[in-house]
Amino acid sequence: MSDVLILGEVKEGSLDLKTLELLGAGKKLAGELGGEFSLLLMGDSVSGMADEALPYGPAKVYKLEHHLLQGFKTDLWLACLEQACREINPKVLLMSHSFLGMELGPRLACRLNTRLTTDCIDLSIDPEDGLLLRTKPVSGGNAISVFKCPGEPQLATVRGKVFAAAESGDANGEIVDIKAKIDESMIKVESLEIVREEIVALDKADVVVSGGAGLGEEDGFELLEELREALSKSFANVMIGCSRVAVDKGWISSDHQVGLTGTMISPDIYVAVGISGAIQHLVGMVHAKKIIAINTDPGCNMFKVADYGVVEDYEEIIPALIEKLEELS
Amino acid sequence: MTEIRIIVCAKQIPDPEAPLSDVSVDAEKMEVIVDAPQVISPFDENALEVAVRLKEEAGGKISVLSLGKKVSDTVLRKTLAAGADELILLEDDNFENLDSHSTAAALAGAIRKIGDYDLVLTGRQAGDWDSGQVGLILGEMLALPCISLARDISIEDGNVLVKKNIPEGYERVKAQMPALITVSNEVGELRYISRTKMLKMMRGARSIPSWSAEDLGVTPEALQQMGITALSSPPDMGRDCELLEGSPDEQAEKLAEVFKTLR
Repeated sequence: MSDVLILGEVKEGSLDLKTLELLGAGKKLAGELGGEFSLLLMGDSVSGMADEALPYGPAKVYKLEHHLLQGFKTDLWLACLEQACREINPKVLLMSHSFLGMELGPRLACRLNTRLTTDCIDLSIDPEDGLLLRTKPVSGGNAISVFKCPGEPQLATVRGKVFAAAESGDANGEIVDIKAKIDESMIKVESLEIVREEIVALDKADVVVSGGAGLGEEDGFELLEELREALSKSFANVMIGCSRVAVDKGWISSDHQVGLTGTMISPDIYVAVGISGAIQHLVGMVHAKKIIAINTDPGCNMFKVADYGVVEDYEEIIPALIEKLEELS
Repeated sequence: MTEIRIIVCAKQIPDPEAPLSDVSVDAEKMEVIVDAPQVISPFDENALEVAVRLKEEAGGKISVLSLGKKVSDTVLRKTLAAGADELILLEDDNFENLDSHSTAAALAGAIRKIGDYDLVLTGRQAGDWDSGQVGLILGEMLALPCISLARDISIEDGNVLVKKNIPEGYERVKAQMPALITVSNEVGELRYISRTKMLKMMRGARSIPSWSAEDLGVTPEALQQMGITALSSPPDMGRDCELLEGSPDEQAEKLAEVFKTLR
């Protein structure tokens, strides 16, 4: 039995940074429980990762390998995770607040009749009853709530970049194999094709020029693209962002979306054009070093979080701005 | 083409686009107070939109379920104006601040009561608590194939075909109906509803059924609240905004200077 179990994720053939952060969080919670923490790795081939994980200090690395776990078929991964939880019987299970964590977490909670708290930004153990105190932004980020729920395992998905990654040291843990009990009949949702798309890597942008409902029409993004090109002469990695509403309207693809259900970013400069600033958007960009807002509504939220503001129609400002930028460069 | 029966779960929440000044936190009562109009949660509107499109293609019936201690039919009648055939309110004093599991249990009760359906659609997450769980738990409870984060849904020979968001792009998947699907905003916003149509629906004499926990076969003991032990305001995000004044040309010039200093 392990007191705290971490569901590991693999990225580009190595342990995901978020998993190292979870190991950091797991170590802290195990300390508060006076117990130990372990890692669970699932996939078609994870032996290399198990060796890689040991120096980060888990008491055990559980390894669940099966050829059907190649690629990610939710039904099979879920069955394996449920099986592992029943065998390992952890008090606490932590997953990344990632695609994988959100595919598996809610359904696992239902199967194990326990309660999940998603997107946690802090975790601790209540010394009174040993239950997990789960801190999570709610109401889009307008409030921070602490939840305590019954059930075992105590279950949470954890936001990236809030816990420090575990440090590498002596490897004293052991690797334990779990034999997966899955077969193809468990697949209820059949995968037909995976279509890879060119995804804009917004989290790597130094400058983001972002548009929202206030653009009024799809063509507004053409003007933003011209501004992006003009800024690219002076800045590296200038990219186009947008609000959720711009995606809803079909003006731009969702990989450009900034915010709680898009990408959370902290670029050097964020230029918000025609974005009023729903809280779900603000939490995704408010850590930008400098924020510039262009909007016709002086009362909108974006001006409250911005360093510089222009209350004017963007169609007036942006062409003039591009001209001035050319003169300056 | 066979007609299709769709159930859409829609949550009523305070407008998530509300100005920040309209939101406050009562730490003592552990409540978020939002002084804003009630709306349908945005991702649930996306789910309704895709339901209406599917009905337009194949024919059929759309039922909308909305759960809460007290649900406003004036907010939710919009779903009827948009093309839903039936609106059922799930109201009970015990439905206040339910956790995701209990919410799903109550919705599952209502869906079993309806009985005959091909698709259950929910938004990917609600715009107030952003938990993102109810849809998938509901699917588990009803033992349905579960597909999350749909950006496109179509029907073919009793199967549902979905393009679902994945980190590297999208995946085309297929499942037998009935199935549960959580919908993402890429499907598009809810269609425009004319004022006349909206008013007609508001004034309509049509009575909206309301089902209680007892009607759903859910005992109060099976319903748990969210278990909030503390609530606080987030760190202040506000900055002192320097407004650039003058004609558009002057404003643009000042803005260009700002960029120059940031280089």
